[in-house]
Amino acid sequence: MTTEISNLLGRRPVLLVLGLATVLFLAVACSSDGEDSDGELVIYSGRSESLIDPLIKRFEEATGIDAKVNYAGTGALAATLLEEGDRSPADVFFAQDPGGLGAIIDMVKPLDDDLIVRVPDWARSPDNLWVGISGRARTVVYNTNKLSPEDLPDTLDGFTDPSWKGRIGWAPTNGSFQAMVTGMRLIWGEDRTRDWLEGIVANEPSVYAKNTPTVAATGSGEVEVGFVNHYYLHRFLAEEGEGFAARNYFLPGGGPGSAVLVTGAAILKTADNESQAERFLDYLLSEDAQKYFSEQTFEYPLIDGVAHEELLPNLDSLNTPDIDVSDLGDLEATQNLLREVGALP
Amino acid sequence: MNRPPGLQGFQVIGEQLPAGTGLSWSPRRLLPLWLRREPLSLWLAAIAVAGAAALPALYLATRAADSSDTALDAIFDPDTAAILWRSIQLIVLVTLGSVLIAVPLAWLTVRTDLPFKRAWAVASVLPLAIPSYVGALAFISAFGPKGLLQGWLEAPFGIERIPDLYGLTGATIVLILLSYPYVFLTVRATLWRLEPEMEEASRSLGRSPWHTFRKITLPLLYPAIGAGALLVALYTLSDFGAVALLQYDTFTRVIFNEYNSAFNRASAAALSLVLLGVAVSLILIEAGARRRARYYAGANAARRERRIVQLGRWRLPASVFSGVVTFLALGVPVFVLVYWLVRGINAGESELFDFTALYNSVQFSIYAAVATVIAAVPISVLSVRRPGLLSAGLERFSYVGFAMPGIAVGLGLVFFGIRYATAIYQTVFLLVFAYVVLFLPVAVGAIRASLLQVNPRMEEAAMSLGRSRINAFLTVTVPVIRPGLAAAAVMVFLLTMKELPATLILGPIESRTLATSIWTAAEEAFFARAAAPSLLLVVASAAPMTFLVLRERSSR
Repeated sequence: MTTEISNLLGRRPVLLVLGLATVLFLAVACSSDGEDSDGELVIYSGRSESLIDPLIKRFEEATGIDAKVNYAGTGALAATLLEEGDRSPADVFFAQDPGGLGAIIDMVKPLDDDLIVRVPDWARSPDNLWVGISGRARTVVYNTNKLSPEDLPDTLDGFTDPSWKGRIGWAPTNGSFQAMVTGMRLIWGEDRTRDWLEGIVANEPSVYAKNTPTVAATGSGEVEVGFVNHYYLHRFLAEEGEGFAARNYFLPGGGPGSAVLVTGAAILKTADNESQAERFLDYLLSEDAQKYFSEQTFEYPLIDGVAHEELLPNLDSLNTPDIDVSDLGDLEATQNLLREVGALP
Repeated sequence: MNRPPGLQGFQVIGEQLPAGTGLSWSPRRLLPLWLRREPLSLWLAAIAVAGAAALPALYLATRAADSSDTALDAIFDPDTAAILWRSIQLIVLVTLGSVLIAVPLAWLTVRTDLPFKRAWAVASVLPLAIPSYVGALAFISAFGPKGLLQGWLEAPFGIERIPDLYGLTGATIVLILLSYPYVFLTVRATLWRLEPEMEEASRSLGRSPWHTFRKITLPLLYPAIGAGALLVALYTLSDFGAVALLQYDTFTRVIFNEYNSAFNRASAAALSLVLLGVAVSLILIEAGARRRARYYAGANAARRERRIVQLGRWRLPASVFSGVVTFLALGVPVFVLVYWLVRGINAGESELFDFTALYNSVQFSIYAAVATVIAAVPISVLSVRRPGLLSAGLERFSYVGFAMPGIAVGLGLVFFGIRYATAIYQTVFLLVFAYVVLFLPVAVGAIRASLLQVNPRMEEAAMSLGRSRINAFLTVTVPVIRPGLAAAAVMVFLLTMKELPATLILGPIESRTLATSIWTAAEEAFFARAAAPSLLLVVASAAPMTFLVLRERSSR
């Protein structure tokens, strides 16, 4: 019998490989089982690793806290949290947009006042359930070879003019875009928003999956303008150089086209590391982290005393419409409207 | 037996002797006949595997049932029918295109004197290693209305815009180029195993090589083509990256929107169930087409060198064909990736190559390949050896995971994992389990196709000579189906390397892989940082692929 087995192994590399793989698998699995997640801060981050990982390292260095981060899309993480329910290992949810936080609002606990007051009223949940971490402005990105700022209208209304036919790019499935439309409904009302959407749809815009390809297509001249968040352009400029043929145009007439949206964070009711979770949010709203957002990701810092990147216009000068970002979580009506006009499948 | 000369040496199923003949009494005799012929443990193993594969579907049904009103609204929305039609158009075109590319390519690289055919073989499978969102992004950069190609044409020819790649055309082309390897691999594995008698008989009766291919070889390849085509169709159905970037609305885009911007799990689940319904229809269509296509090679067929077809004046066109396919499917994406990488390095990017991610990817992929192949064996053996309602049902069940969007599989396993398997939640175990669920049919398809070439009598002969059943399987059948097993393992390896949604949701915390690194970088438009892991992915996938192709040669 033993000889049979050794014969089998000797003659059959397949079995040898199988055996080795099994041993390796068990070894790794056991070793990873050994690290219990108790005592570590577990963060679910809907913001991407390439932007957030350096910040986490700085937080760990500053506080000595060991943070474990689960990176995925905000929607996927919100759904994961809902499936995990009260068994969730997560302590903190750091979301790309208020909609993701709204989806799990029943799972989070109110935040301390001294944390909340560091950001302006408009950038946090009215029930103190989440707090805004960084701001991004909606903007119009335009191709500099084909257009100059003088060719562009003052507000989003101008783009419904038939002269824009075939020249516009947008990303109607994108969360930030939908938040902007929600803002539109609040400021303009349903009818005017529908008219605007129908006007744009009539101009046969190119549909992109999200902001990044919209900016790329604008830079290449595939479309002449795109409705996007402001900071993607800066990524392209950093990688492709100043020759990248697109720039942001902040609508001088204001309105929903220059809404400022926020990313936000919340602490879960089930967090077993509450104090560490609070220290993490505290760090995100510290000068150090806010400077990082301003300098590295070109976003707007939300606390007093930290300046935004100098190329960006002031938040005040953006004519930001006076809307409460927490109201932007109401997506259902927006989605229905987008479907109605044929912008969403 | 009175048979036409060409059919000597082949026998049709149903003519075999019952498996138990000649063996002494055993307790198995107490079991019903249909169970007795294979060990009970094999049936139990197959049922367990199929049950595991069905877990995500069970989860979707639970979620949809939770808020049935929302779910029904989503299903009976008139838009759903329109999207269904769009999805079907894409599936039909991609599947046909893949077969048209893959079958000639497989035949050329196995049976002819095509120059450098082993190199072509490796290159022809590698597109499988390219994640669809990376592939689509690369194609848009190269062939978009304002892509690299247009840039080169502008100066000399004044071409300011080339025809749109977006929509059905672009999605079809890109998905064909990314998924034809499914058919290529299954057809190749079968071509190696086809005994040469029938083809030689046809040739000796004066038929041309083309006629022989059409009338003899091709029909013998139907099971392999069917298995590969089904995978292409299901992949097309569940793909999100390519269709989203190429602006063609299919089911996955709607499902993605429900999860990511509407945060509506009920309608996402309901739409995923509709998608699953489409998948089941495809699976049944393939099963129907497969019913009569079942061949065993004769037990006594001599293993010998078959004649290599001399291409003669067709050598050049055949080389051009292989070259064009490889150039488009592999050359263009790799070129664009290198372009991004160089541009990034010039812009001062550093530390682009992340070897931790590479290590994690390879590690997970090896586990997934081994686990999936082992899990696929019982189902494959039973479905080939004991065709019947139960074995066929089990085999079809194994396809369920592959057809679902990865995010649905991931969430389904979150649902079950956190409740019933807390100890392995967010560990490599549950992740590998997810890979098995996702990629099981890929392995089953490849193993099935090669098992069809093995006459069970060989194993029975070994058993009548005193070998145990397991021993007979391992020593007689496994060596013969080794190309099938290897192809299965390599395909699962490649697919795991690039899998994204389930890896993101279920991966152990802080274990980034190449696929997640690519995603996180591309998400924020760090193209150079996305290009480096993409190239690593292709290179790491090329290694096992080369091994597989070289093994094919030595095993002949």
